[in-house]
Amino acid sequence: MIVALLAQGTPLTETGLWIANTFFYLIAFVAVGAALKMVTTSNVVHAALYLLVVLSAVAATYVILGAEFAAVTQVLVYLGAVMVLLLFGVMLTRAKIGAEDDLDHEQRWIGGLVAVGMLAVMGYSLLEAYGSTQLPADMQPQRVGPISDEIFSTYIVPFEALSVLLLAALIGAVVVARRD
Amino acid sequence: MIAIELAYWQEAILKLLLGFAIVLPPAGITVYLYLFKMVSFMQSRLGPMEAGPYGSLQLVAEIGKWAQKEDIFPTKADRFVYAAAPFVVLISTFLLVLVVPFGPDLAIIGGENGVDTGIFFALAVSSISVIGILMAGWASASKYSLLGGLRAAGQLIAYELPLVLAVVGVVIQAGTLSMQGIVSAQYEGEIFGFGGFGNPYFLTQFVGFMIFLISVQAELAQAPFDMPVAESELVTGYMTEYSGMRFLLFFIGEFATANVFAFIAATLFLGGWAVPPFLVDMIPGLEIDSWAFNLIGPAVMIVKMLLLTFVVYWVRFTFPRFREDQLQRFAWKVLIPISLVNIAVTGLLKVVF
Repeated sequence: MIVALLAQGTPLTETGLWIANTFFYLIAFVAVGAALKMVTTSNVVHAALYLLVVLSAVAATYVILGAEFAAVTQVLVYLGAVMVLLLFGVMLTRAKIGAEDDLDHEQRWIGGLVAVGMLAVMGYSLLEAYGSTQLPADMQPQRVGPISDEIFSTYIVPFEALSVLLLAALIGAVVVARRD
Repeated sequence: MIAIELAYWQEAILKLLLGFAIVLPPAGITVYLYLFKMVSFMQSRLGPMEAGPYGSLQLVAEIGKWAQKEDIFPTKADRFVYAAAPFVVLISTFLLVLVVPFGPDLAIIGGENGVDTGIFFALAVSSISVIGILMAGWASASKYSLLGGLRAAGQLIAYELPLVLAVVGVVIQAGTLSMQGIVSAQYEGEIFGFGGFGNPYFLTQFVGFMIFLISVQAELAQAPFDMPVAESELVTGYMTEYSGMRFLLFFIGEFATANVFAFIAATLFLGGWAVPPFLVDMIPGLEIDSWAFNLIGPAVMIVKMLLLTFVVYWVRFTFPRFREDQLQRFAWKVLIPISLVNIAVTGLLKVVF
């Protein structure tokens, strides 16, 4: 991730493109491998840690695409908050070290079928929509300024609606958690 | 002006080495100056005196000692997670230092074409260390470690929020997320039309500065927020089972992160690598963006960092420990409301002026 971030300073030359592609395939390999390990491992905490690797790899792909704000948000929200809470919860409740037998169950084949079906549908629709589109040769990293201008002008209504939704969820969580 | 054209990979290696140079030597300096010497004088004793003049080589001796020790793995530990945890904590420290500017051209990835999320990036990667601490606490297969890890996670989540919210005030006032932009906004700022001192944000954002310092103290798990490693209750919390080099890595992580947070606080609130404008005006031919500041800047940053880490250690050695519920109440009921009010007031004043 560090080296990929360093690459942002220079415009994409032939070497830069080569580096970006190499890193993309490396990161994709890590992400797919970790995702497979996540569903096959026999320890809950290991599964959570593999999920962590998958989410970091997604952040790294955002960096390669020049979507810096999305990458940093991914790290802050998913690694810093969601995964920490998940690990926290798992460790408070069931955190055995070593293999557990009851992590596997009868529906794994149906689950696998659903996963393959999802992959087929999403892959097909993505290829159908963007299959022949190429990234512009002079692609620049996305700056933060334009994003915030967009959010607070064009998308101000959805943004405010989302924040009200989150506030409602927050209040709901407090109400559910209170005993009295 | 030095104009050296470097290949991409040469630049990358140079920047990696620079990262080590920024993280490790200052950590050694603060540990010797404050942890070994200052606390000794505060407690009316001499501290290390044997290794080198005034014990100045004590740190080398310590590293030699830790390197010799056996790297113990508890029998029931989860070996891979246990071994990896200290490195996860250190990764967060090294990622954190990347965006801090030390001069007009000295920022590892925070330069003109580099990362412009700046402080947002720093806040995001600082939360990675929690994962390393949770990993260490769980993988040690020890109740003390697990409790310490859980306490650390609860504390770090709680104090992450006021930390982020305190920074928002600075970001609103500077109008940019970029660390370099925040430095120049403070340099060009004026206090009631007088620009001689610039406008270091610890004046206008004093509330934010205080909240930031308190939250940093808690993020670093230094006393009075040291429940995760409370030695009278939990031995040393998540570090209990670690020994040798891996313990040393946690130790370095703790004190290097203290320095890096001090660098960040210096950049956000004390004007960063810049000196007050009237000092620059006194020397003819010197401009704030002239190349000389690539040499002056790091020295200025070190001085400001030493000032801020002095406060960290001063508080560490003079305050008693909070209780766990007091700690959570302080974060959620005191710091967060105050920082929210701070953001609202800053936004309002920004619109009015």
